[in-house]
Amino acid sequence: MPLFSPALLLHYLCSGPFIHGAMITLLISLVSLCLGIVVGLLLAVAQQVPFRPVRSLVVGYLWLFRGTPVLLQLVFAFNVLPGFGIVLPGFACAVLALGLNEGAYMCEIMRSGIRAVGPGQRLAARALGIEEWQIMLWVVLPQALRIVIPPIGNQFISMLKVSAMVSVIGTQELLLTADQAASMNFRYLEALSAAGIWYLALTTLFMGVQHMIERACRRRGKVESPRLSLIAPTADLEAAR
Amino acid sequence: MSPLLEARGIWKRFGAEDVLKGVDLSVAPRECLVLLGPSGSGKSTLLRCLNLLEPISSGSIRFKGEEIAQARRKSAVQIRRQIGMVFQNFELFQHLTAEDNVALAPMRVNGETPQRARELARQLLCKVHLPDKAGAYPDELSGGQQQRVAIARALAMQPSLILYDEPTSALDPETVGEVLRVMQELAEEGMTSIVVTHEMNFARRAASQVVFIDDGQIAHRATATEFFSGCVPDRVARFLGKIAA
Repeated sequence: MPLFSPALLLHYLCSGPFIHGAMITLLISLVSLCLGIVVGLLLAVAQQVPFRPVRSLVVGYLWLFRGTPVLLQLVFAFNVLPGFGIVLPGFACAVLALGLNEGAYMCEIMRSGIRAVGPGQRLAARALGIEEWQIMLWVVLPQALRIVIPPIGNQFISMLKVSAMVSVIGTQELLLTADQAASMNFRYLEALSAAGIWYLALTTLFMGVQHMIERACRRRGKVESPRLSLIAPTADLEAAR
Repeated sequence: MSPLLEARGIWKRFGAEDVLKGVDLSVAPRECLVLLGPSGSGKSTLLRCLNLLEPISSGSIRFKGEEIAQARRKSAVQIRRQIGMVFQNFELFQHLTAEDNVALAPMRVNGETPQRARELARQLLCKVHLPDKAGAYPDELSGGQQQRVAIARALAMQPSLILYDEPTSALDPETVGEVLRVMQELAEEGMTSIVVTHEMNFARRAASQVVFIDDGQIAHRATATEFFSGCVPDRVARFLGKIAA
Protein backbone atom coordinates (compact mmCIF):
# COMPACT_ATOMS: atom_id res chain seq x y z
CA MET A 1 0.00 0.00 0.00
CA PRO A 2 1.33 3.51 -0.78
CA LEU A 3 1.63 6.11 1.97
CA PHE A 4 -1.56 7.77 0.71
CA SER A 5 -4.25 6.00 -1.25
CA PRO A 6 -6.76 8.34 -2.96
CA ALA A 7 -8.88 5.34 -3.88
CA LEU A 8 -9.26 4.34 -0.24
CA LEU A 9 -10.11 7.94 0.72
CA LEU A 10 -12.80 8.02 -1.94
CA HIS A 11 -14.04 4.64 -0.81
CA TYR A 12 -14.36 5.87 2.78
CA LEU A 13 -16.03 9.10 1.73
CA CYS A 14 -18.79 7.27 -0.09
CA SER A 15 -19.08 4.26 2.20
CA GLY A 16 -22.25 3.55 4.14
CA PRO A 17 -20.76 3.88 7.65
CA PHE A 18 -19.22 7.30 6.88
CA ILE A 19 -22.42 8.65 5.38
CA HIS A 20 -24.32 7.26 8.32
CA GLY A 21 -21.78 8.82 10.71
CA ALA A 22 -22.09 12.19 9.00
CA MET A 23 -25.87 12.03 9.25
CA ILE A 24 -25.63 11.17 12.97
CA THR A 25 -23.29 14.15 13.46
CA LEU A 26 -25.74 16.38 11.64
CA LEU A 27 -28.70 15.03 13.59
CA ILE A 28 -26.99 15.38 16.97
CA SER A 29 -25.99 18.94 16.12
CA LEU A 30 -29.44 19.93 14.89
CA VAL A 31 -31.36 18.40 17.79
CA SER A 32 -28.89 19.74 20.37
CA LEU A 33 -29.10 23.19 18.83
CA CYS A 34 -32.90 23.13 18.94
CA LEU A 35 -32.83 22.02 22.57
CA GLY A 36 -30.25 24.72 23.24
CA ILE A 37 -32.46 27.39 21.64
CA VAL A 38 -35.49 26.32 23.68
CA VAL A 39 -33.50 26.18 26.92
CA GLY A 40 -31.71 29.44 26.13
CA LEU A 41 -34.93 31.24 25.31
CA LEU A 42 -36.61 30.02 28.49
CA LEU A 43 -33.59 31.05 30.56
CA ALA A 44 -33.38 34.46 28.91
CA VAL A 45 -37.09 35.12 29.45
CA ALA A 46 -36.82 33.84 33.04
CA GLN A 47 -34.05 36.39 33.57
CA GLN A 48 -36.54 39.16 32.80
CA VAL A 49 -38.97 37.99 35.48
CA PRO A 50 -39.14 40.49 38.35
CA PHE A 51 -38.79 37.71 40.93
CA ARG A 52 -35.37 37.15 42.40
CA PRO A 53 -35.36 33.38 43.10
CA VAL A 54 -36.12 32.71 39.42
CA ARG A 55 -33.23 34.88 38.31
CA SER A 56 -30.92 33.21 40.84
CA LEU A 57 -31.81 29.81 39.40
CA VAL A 58 -30.82 31.05 35.95
CA VAL A 59 -27.52 32.35 37.28
CA GLY A 60 -26.90 28.99 38.95
CA TYR A 61 -27.60 27.18 35.70
CA LEU A 62 -25.21 29.39 33.73
CA TRP A 63 -22.55 29.05 36.42
CA LEU A 64 -22.79 25.25 36.37
CA PHE A 65 -22.89 24.66 32.62
CA ARG A 66 -20.41 27.30 31.61
CA GLY A 67 -18.03 26.49 34.45
CA THR A 68 -17.46 22.81 33.63
CA PRO A 69 -16.15 21.16 30.44
CA VAL A 70 -18.73 19.88 27.94
CA LEU A 71 -16.79 16.63 27.85
CA LEU A 72 -17.33 16.20 31.58
CA GLN A 73 -21.06 16.90 31.20
CA LEU A 74 -21.23 14.36 28.40
CA VAL A 75 -19.45 11.63 30.34
CA PHE A 76 -21.46 12.53 33.41
CA ALA A 77 -24.76 12.07 31.58
CA PHE A 78 -23.57 8.75 30.18
CA ASN A 79 -21.97 7.22 33.27
CA VAL A 80 -23.64 8.82 36.30
CA LEU A 81 -27.29 9.10 35.30
CA PRO A 82 -27.72 5.29 35.00
CA GLY A 83 -26.75 5.10 38.69
CA PHE A 84 -29.94 7.06 39.39
CA GLY A 85 -31.98 4.72 37.25
CA ILE A 86 -31.93 7.00 34.21
CA VAL A 87 -30.57 4.85 31.41
CA LEU A 88 -30.47 6.74 28.13
CA PRO A 89 -29.14 5.56 24.79
CA GLY A 90 -25.91 7.22 23.65
CA PHE A 91 -27.71 9.49 21.20
CA ALA A 92 -30.09 10.82 23.87
CA CYS A 93 -27.21 11.36 26.29
CA ALA A 94 -25.33 13.27 23.65
CA VAL A 95 -28.27 15.50 22.80
CA LEU A 96 -29.10 16.08 26.47
CA ALA A 97 -25.57 17.08 27.45
CA LEU A 98 -24.83 19.16 24.35
CA GLY A 99 -28.28 20.77 24.37
CA LEU A 100 -28.25 21.75 28.05
CA ASN A 101 -24.72 23.07 27.67
CA GLU A 102 -25.67 24.99 24.55
CA GLY A 103 -28.66 26.43 26.40
CA ALA A 104 -26.33 28.28 28.75
CA TYR A 105 -24.56 30.00 25.86
CA MET A 106 -27.77 30.51 23.92
CA CYS A 107 -29.24 32.26 26.98
CA GLU A 108 -26.55 34.92 26.78
CA ILE A 109 -27.17 35.37 23.05
CA MET A 110 -30.93 35.63 23.55
CA ARG A 111 -30.47 38.05 26.40
CA SER A 112 -28.33 40.35 24.29
CA GLY A 113 -31.04 40.18 21.62
CA ILE A 114 -33.79 41.03 24.09
CA ARG A 115 -31.71 43.90 25.44
CA ALA A 116 -31.13 45.25 21.95
CA VAL A 117 -34.87 45.90 21.60
CA GLY A 118 -35.19 49.43 22.96
CA PRO A 119 -37.21 50.19 26.10
CA GLY A 120 -39.39 52.56 24.04
CA GLN A 121 -40.87 49.59 22.17
CA ARG A 122 -42.03 48.06 25.44
CA LEU A 123 -43.31 51.39 26.67
CA ALA A 124 -45.35 51.87 23.49
CA ALA A 125 -46.86 48.40 23.84
CA ARG A 126 -47.58 48.99 27.53
CA ALA A 127 -49.31 52.27 26.68
CA LEU A 128 -51.65 50.29 24.41
CA GLY A 129 -52.65 48.14 27.36
CA ILE A 130 -51.00 44.96 26.09
CA GLU A 131 -50.19 42.43 28.83
CA GLU A 132 -46.52 41.99 29.76
CA TRP A 133 -46.24 38.40 28.51
CA GLN A 134 -47.84 39.38 25.22
CA ILE A 135 -45.40 42.26 24.87
CA MET A 136 -42.59 39.74 25.24
CA LEU A 137 -44.21 37.38 22.74
CA TRP A 138 -45.37 39.78 20.03
CA VAL A 139 -43.12 42.81 20.35
CA VAL A 140 -39.80 41.95 21.99
CA LEU A 141 -39.04 38.37 20.93
CA PRO A 142 -39.79 38.77 17.19
CA GLN A 143 -37.31 41.63 17.05
CA ALA A 144 -34.79 39.96 19.37
CA LEU A 145 -34.81 36.73 17.35
CA ARG A 146 -33.97 38.56 14.17
CA ILE A 147 -30.99 40.12 15.93
CA VAL A 148 -29.72 36.76 17.18
CA ILE A 149 -29.90 34.86 13.88
CA PRO A 150 -26.22 35.48 12.97
CA PRO A 151 -24.84 34.37 16.36
CA ILE A 152 -27.13 31.31 16.34
CA GLY A 153 -25.67 30.36 12.96
CA ASN A 154 -22.19 30.57 14.46
CA GLN A 155 -23.27 28.40 17.38
CA PHE A 156 -24.55 25.76 14.97
CA ILE A 157 -21.28 25.60 13.08
CA SER A 158 -19.40 25.29 16.33
CA MET A 159 -21.87 22.60 17.44
CA LEU A 160 -21.10 20.51 14.34
CA LYS A 161 -17.49 20.32 15.51
CA VAL A 162 -18.13 19.98 19.24
CA SER A 163 -20.35 16.99 18.47
CA ALA A 164 -17.15 15.01 17.73
CA MET A 165 -16.77 14.66 21.51
CA VAL A 166 -19.76 12.41 21.51
CA SER A 167 -17.44 9.69 20.16
CA VAL A 168 -16.17 9.12 23.71
CA ILE A 169 -19.54 7.73 24.78
CA GLY A 170 -19.69 5.36 21.86
CA THR A 171 -22.22 7.08 19.64
CA GLN A 172 -21.55 6.23 16.03
CA GLU A 173 -20.98 9.71 14.73
CA LEU A 174 -18.44 10.77 12.17
CA LEU A 175 -15.24 10.78 14.24
CA LEU A 176 -15.88 7.43 15.92
CA THR A 177 -16.72 5.90 12.54
CA ALA A 178 -13.42 7.14 11.13
CA ASP A 179 -11.49 5.98 14.16
CA GLN A 180 -12.99 2.51 14.00
CA ALA A 181 -12.39 2.22 10.27
CA ALA A 182 -8.75 3.17 10.74
CA SER A 183 -8.14 0.84 13.64
CA MET A 184 -8.90 -2.11 11.39
CA ASN A 185 -6.15 -1.39 8.86
CA PHE A 186 -4.21 1.52 10.42
CA ARG A 187 -5.04 3.75 7.42
CA TYR A 188 -5.53 6.78 9.68
CA LEU A 189 -4.63 9.31 6.98
CA GLU A 190 -7.43 8.22 4.66
CA ALA A 191 -10.05 7.61 7.35
CA LEU A 192 -9.49 10.86 9.24
CA SER A 193 -9.21 12.82 5.98
CA ALA A 194 -12.55 11.40 4.89
CA ALA A 195 -14.09 12.48 8.20
CA GLY A 196 -12.46 15.91 7.85
CA ILE A 197 -13.88 16.35 4.37
CA TRP A 198 -17.34 15.45 5.65
CA TYR A 199 -17.03 18.00 8.45
CA LEU A 200 -15.92 20.65 5.97
CA ALA A 201 -18.81 19.78 3.68
CA LEU A 202 -21.31 20.12 6.51
CA THR A 203 -19.88 23.38 7.87
CA THR A 204 -19.63 24.87 4.37
CA LEU A 205 -23.20 23.89 3.66
CA PHE A 206 -24.39 25.61 6.81
CA MET A 207 -22.36 28.73 6.29
CA GLY A 208 -24.22 28.97 2.99
CA VAL A 209 -27.57 28.44 4.70
CA GLN A 210 -26.68 31.05 7.32
CA HIS A 211 -25.73 33.50 4.61
CA MET A 212 -29.04 32.95 2.86
CA ILE A 213 -31.07 33.40 6.05
CA GLU A 214 -29.26 36.62 6.89
CA ARG A 215 -29.84 37.95 3.40
CA ALA A 216 -33.51 37.05 3.60
CA CYS A 217 -33.72 38.89 6.91
CA ARG A 218 -32.35 42.02 5.39
CA ARG A 219 -35.05 41.94 2.74
CA ARG A 220 -38.14 42.79 4.72
CA GLY A 221 -40.77 40.82 2.90
CA LYS A 222 -38.95 37.54 3.40
CA VAL A 223 -38.34 37.92 7.09
CA GLU A 224 -41.42 36.00 8.13
CA SER A 225 -40.31 32.48 7.35
CA PRO A 226 -36.95 32.23 9.15
CA ARG A 227 -38.37 34.13 12.07
CA LEU A 228 -41.37 31.86 12.41
CA SER A 229 -39.24 28.74 12.47
CA LEU A 230 -37.17 30.23 15.26
CA ILE A 231 -40.26 31.26 17.17
CA ALA A 232 -41.36 27.64 17.46
CA PRO A 233 -40.09 27.36 21.06
CA THR A 234 -42.59 30.00 22.15
CA ALA A 235 -45.18 27.25 22.55
CA ASP A 236 -43.05 25.98 25.42
CA LEU A 237 -42.69 29.54 26.53
CA GLU A 238 -46.42 29.92 26.98
CA ALA A 239 -46.62 26.58 28.74
CA ALA A 240 -43.94 27.69 31.16
CA ARG A 241 -45.81 30.84 32.10
CA MET B 1 -69.34 69.25 32.16
CA SER B 2 -67.67 66.83 34.55
CA PRO B 3 -64.03 66.26 33.71
CA LEU B 4 -62.93 63.13 31.85
CA LEU B 5 -59.62 63.15 33.66
CA GLU B 6 -58.84 65.05 36.80
CA ALA B 7 -55.49 65.04 38.57
CA ARG B 8 -55.07 66.53 42.02
CA GLY B 9 -51.83 67.18 43.84
CA ILE B 10 -49.71 64.87 41.70
CA TRP B 11 -46.35 64.42 43.37
CA LYS B 12 -43.64 62.36 41.69
CA ARG B 13 -40.29 61.65 43.25
CA PHE B 14 -37.40 59.93 41.47
CA GLY B 15 -34.95 59.05 44.22
CA ALA B 16 -34.12 62.31 45.96
CA GLU B 17 -35.47 64.47 43.16
CA ASP B 18 -39.01 65.85 43.09
CA VAL B 19 -40.05 65.95 39.44
CA LEU B 20 -43.68 66.89 39.99
CA LYS B 21 -44.66 68.94 43.00
CA GLY B 22 -48.39 68.95 43.44
CA VAL B 23 -49.79 69.31 39.92
CA ASP B 24 -53.54 69.84 39.41
CA LEU B 25 -54.93 69.24 35.96
CA SER B 26 -58.36 68.65 34.57
CA VAL B 27 -59.56 67.93 31.07
CA ALA B 28 -63.21 67.80 30.03
CA PRO B 29 -64.56 65.59 27.24
CA ARG B 30 -63.86 66.98 23.73
CA GLU B 31 -61.28 69.36 25.14
CA CYS B 32 -57.72 69.80 23.88
CA LEU B 33 -55.31 70.76 26.62
CA VAL B 34 -51.91 72.03 25.53
CA LEU B 35 -49.11 71.58 28.03
CA LEU B 36 -46.19 73.97 27.68
CA GLY B 37 -42.97 74.31 29.56
CA PRO B 38 -39.18 74.29 29.35
CA SER B 39 -37.42 70.96 28.95
CA GLY B 40 -36.95 69.12 32.21
CA SER B 41 -40.01 70.78 33.72
CA GLY B 42 -41.78 67.43 34.14
CA LYS B 43 -44.22 67.48 31.20
CA SER B 44 -43.39 64.01 29.89
CA THR B 45 -43.34 62.55 33.39
CA LEU B 46 -46.76 64.06 34.01
CA LEU B 47 -48.17 62.37 30.89
CA ARG B 48 -46.72 59.02 31.93
CA CYS B 49 -48.21 59.40 35.38
CA LEU B 50 -51.63 60.13 33.91
CA ASN B 51 -51.82 56.82 32.04
CA LEU B 52 -50.19 54.96 34.93
CA LEU B 53 -46.96 54.13 33.11
CA GLU B 54 -45.25 55.73 36.10
CA PRO B 55 -46.65 55.28 39.61
CA ILE B 56 -47.13 58.58 41.40
CA SER B 57 -45.69 59.23 44.85
CA SER B 58 -48.86 60.91 46.09
CA GLY B 59 -51.98 62.59 44.77
CA SER B 60 -55.15 61.53 43.07
CA ILE B 61 -56.10 60.80 39.47
CA ARG B 62 -59.76 60.41 38.60
CA PHE B 63 -60.62 59.02 35.18
CA LYS B 64 -64.31 58.90 34.20
CA GLY B 65 -65.12 59.66 37.81
CA GLU B 66 -63.12 56.78 39.24
CA GLU B 67 -59.96 57.00 41.29
CA ILE B 68 -57.18 55.22 39.35
CA ALA B 69 -53.95 56.46 40.95
CA GLN B 70 -53.63 53.41 43.18
CA ALA B 71 -54.92 50.94 40.59
CA ARG B 72 -53.37 47.51 40.75
CA ARG B 73 -51.31 46.28 37.83
CA LYS B 74 -54.20 44.38 36.29
CA SER B 75 -56.64 47.29 36.29
CA ALA B 76 -53.89 49.71 35.26
CA VAL B 77 -53.56 47.67 32.06
CA GLN B 78 -57.33 48.00 31.53
CA ILE B 79 -57.19 51.77 32.02
CA ARG B 80 -54.29 52.23 29.61
CA ARG B 81 -56.44 50.62 26.92
CA GLN B 82 -58.73 53.64 27.16
CA ILE B 83 -55.92 56.20 27.00
CA GLY B 84 -53.90 56.39 23.81
CA MET B 85 -50.35 57.67 23.79
CA VAL B 86 -48.16 59.10 21.03
CA PHE B 87 -44.42 59.37 21.60
CA GLN B 88 -41.80 61.81 20.46
CA ASN B 89 -39.84 59.01 18.74
CA PHE B 90 -42.94 57.26 17.34
CA GLU B 91 -41.85 53.88 18.72
CA LEU B 92 -43.55 51.95 15.94
CA PHE B 93 -42.91 48.22 16.15
CA GLN B 94 -40.05 47.85 13.72
CA HIS B 95 -40.82 44.28 12.67
CA LEU B 96 -44.41 45.01 11.66
CA THR B 97 -45.96 46.80 8.70
CA ALA B 98 -47.93 50.01 9.27
CA GLU B 99 -51.15 48.01 9.10
CA ASP B 100 -49.96 45.38 11.58
CA ASN B 101 -48.68 48.06 13.96
CA VAL B 102 -52.21 49.41 14.12
CA ALA B 103 -53.82 45.95 14.20
CA LEU B 104 -51.63 44.47 16.94
CA ALA B 105 -53.49 45.74 20.00
CA PRO B 106 -57.02 45.07 18.66
CA MET B 107 -55.86 41.55 17.81
CA ARG B 108 -53.94 40.71 20.98
CA VAL B 109 -55.96 42.71 23.48
CA ASN B 110 -59.50 42.66 22.13
CA GLY B 111 -59.19 39.28 20.45
CA GLU B 112 -60.26 40.61 17.05
CA THR B 113 -59.70 38.29 14.11
CA PRO B 114 -56.71 39.29 11.97
CA GLN B 115 -59.02 40.17 9.07
CA ARG B 116 -61.19 42.50 11.12
CA ALA B 117 -58.22 44.03 12.92
CA ARG B 118 -56.51 44.74 9.60
CA GLU B 119 -59.67 46.19 8.14
CA LEU B 120 -59.93 48.53 11.12
CA ALA B 121 -56.23 49.34 10.67
CA ARG B 122 -56.75 50.29 7.02
CA GLN B 123 -59.67 52.53 7.96
CA LEU B 124 -57.55 54.29 10.55
CA LEU B 125 -54.65 54.64 8.12
CA CYS B 126 -57.08 56.39 5.76
CA LYS B 127 -58.09 58.66 8.61
CA VAL B 128 -54.47 59.76 9.05
CA HIS B 129 -54.17 60.17 5.27
CA LEU B 130 -51.95 57.15 4.67
CA PRO B 131 -54.26 54.87 2.67
CA ASP B 132 -51.46 53.53 0.47
CA LYS B 133 -48.89 52.78 3.19
CA ALA B 134 -50.57 49.80 4.85
CA GLY B 135 -47.85 47.40 3.72
CA ALA B 136 -44.88 49.65 4.44
CA TYR B 137 -42.45 48.96 7.28
CA PRO B 138 -41.57 51.81 9.65
CA ASP B 139 -38.10 52.28 8.17
CA GLU B 140 -39.64 52.80 4.75
CA LEU B 141 -41.69 55.76 6.00
CA SER B 142 -40.75 59.38 6.66
CA GLY B 143 -40.90 60.68 10.21
CA GLY B 144 -44.19 62.41 9.61
CA GLN B 145 -45.70 59.27 8.12
CA GLN B 146 -44.43 57.17 11.01
CA GLN B 147 -45.95 59.54 13.52
CA ARG B 148 -49.28 59.41 11.71
CA VAL B 149 -49.16 55.59 11.84
CA ALA B 150 -48.45 55.92 15.56
CA ILE B 151 -51.55 58.10 15.93
CA ALA B 152 -53.60 55.49 14.05
CA ARG B 153 -52.16 52.84 16.36
CA ALA B 154 -53.26 54.83 19.40
CA LEU B 155 -56.74 55.28 17.88
CA ALA B 156 -57.09 51.54 17.25
CA MET B 157 -58.04 50.88 20.86
CA GLN B 158 -60.80 53.52 20.57
CA PRO B 159 -59.47 55.53 23.50
CA SER B 160 -61.46 58.25 25.27
CA LEU B 161 -58.31 60.33 25.62
CA ILE B 162 -55.05 60.69 23.72
CA LEU B 163 -51.80 61.89 25.25
CA TYR B 164 -49.27 63.35 22.82
CA ASP B 165 -45.71 63.63 24.14
CA GLU B 166 -43.93 66.18 21.93
CA PRO B 167 -45.26 64.49 18.79
CA THR B 168 -43.47 66.78 16.34
CA SER B 169 -40.16 67.42 18.13
CA ALA B 170 -38.30 64.66 16.32
CA LEU B 171 -39.63 65.55 12.88
CA ASP B 172 -38.12 67.36 9.92
CA PRO B 173 -39.74 70.77 9.65
CA GLU B 174 -41.46 69.90 6.37
CA THR B 175 -43.36 66.95 7.87
CA VAL B 176 -44.50 68.70 11.06
CA GLY B 177 -47.54 70.18 9.32
CA GLU B 178 -49.05 66.87 8.19
CA VAL B 179 -48.94 65.50 11.74
CA LEU B 180 -50.40 68.63 13.29
CA ARG B 181 -53.15 68.59 10.68
CA VAL B 182 -54.21 65.09 11.71
CA MET B 183 -54.09 66.06 15.39
CA GLN B 184 -56.21 69.12 14.71
CA GLU B 185 -58.76 67.13 12.71
CA LEU B 186 -59.07 64.68 15.59
CA ALA B 187 -59.48 67.52 18.08
CA GLU B 188 -62.19 69.05 15.89
CA GLU B 189 -63.99 65.71 15.80
CA GLY B 190 -64.10 65.87 19.57
CA MET B 191 -61.20 63.59 20.50
CA THR B 192 -60.14 64.60 24.01
CA SER B 193 -56.41 65.18 24.14
CA ILE B 194 -53.53 66.41 26.22
CA VAL B 195 -50.68 67.65 24.06
CA VAL B 196 -47.15 68.44 25.14
CA THR B 197 -45.86 70.63 22.34
CA HIS B 198 -44.01 73.81 21.48
CA GLU B 199 -46.09 74.34 18.35
CA MET B 200 -47.88 77.56 19.21
CA ASN B 201 -49.75 77.63 15.92
CA PHE B 202 -51.30 74.30 16.76
CA ALA B 203 -52.17 75.54 20.24
CA ARG B 204 -53.75 78.65 18.75
CA ARG B 205 -55.89 76.61 16.34
CA ALA B 206 -56.82 73.57 18.42
CA ALA B 207 -56.33 74.19 22.12
CA SER B 208 -59.17 74.95 24.48
CA GLN B 209 -56.92 75.20 27.52
CA VAL B 210 -53.24 76.05 27.88
CA VAL B 211 -51.21 75.04 30.91
CA PHE B 212 -47.66 76.21 31.54
CA ILE B 213 -45.60 73.97 33.75
CA ASP B 214 -42.25 74.92 35.22
CA ASP B 215 -40.03 73.07 37.67
CA GLY B 216 -42.69 70.47 38.41
CA GLN B 217 -45.41 72.98 39.18
CA ILE B 218 -48.13 74.67 37.23
CA ALA B 219 -46.98 78.23 36.73
CA HIS B 220 -49.88 79.48 34.65
CA ARG B 221 -53.14 78.21 33.27
CA ALA B 222 -55.62 79.89 30.98
CA THR B 223 -58.24 79.24 28.36
CA ALA B 224 -56.78 79.43 24.89
CA THR B 225 -58.56 82.72 24.20
CA GLU B 226 -57.10 84.34 27.31
CA PHE B 227 -53.67 82.89 26.67
CA PHE B 228 -53.40 84.20 23.14
CA SER B 229 -54.94 87.57 23.96
CA GLY B 230 -51.49 88.45 25.21
CA CYS B 231 -51.76 88.92 28.95
CA VAL B 232 -49.48 86.22 30.30
CA PRO B 233 -46.99 86.40 33.20
CA ASP B 234 -43.42 87.48 32.41
CA ARG B 235 -42.03 84.00 32.95
CA VAL B 236 -44.37 82.58 30.29
CA ALA B 237 -43.77 85.48 27.91
CA ARG B 238 -40.01 84.91 28.13
CA PHE B 239 -40.50 81.22 27.36
CA LEU B 240 -42.73 82.00 24.39
CA GLY B 241 -40.17 84.47 23.15
CA LYS B 242 -37.48 81.79 23.35
CA ILE B 243 -39.37 79.12 21.42
CA ALA B 244 -40.45 81.65 18.79
CA ALA B 245 -36.83 82.71 18.25
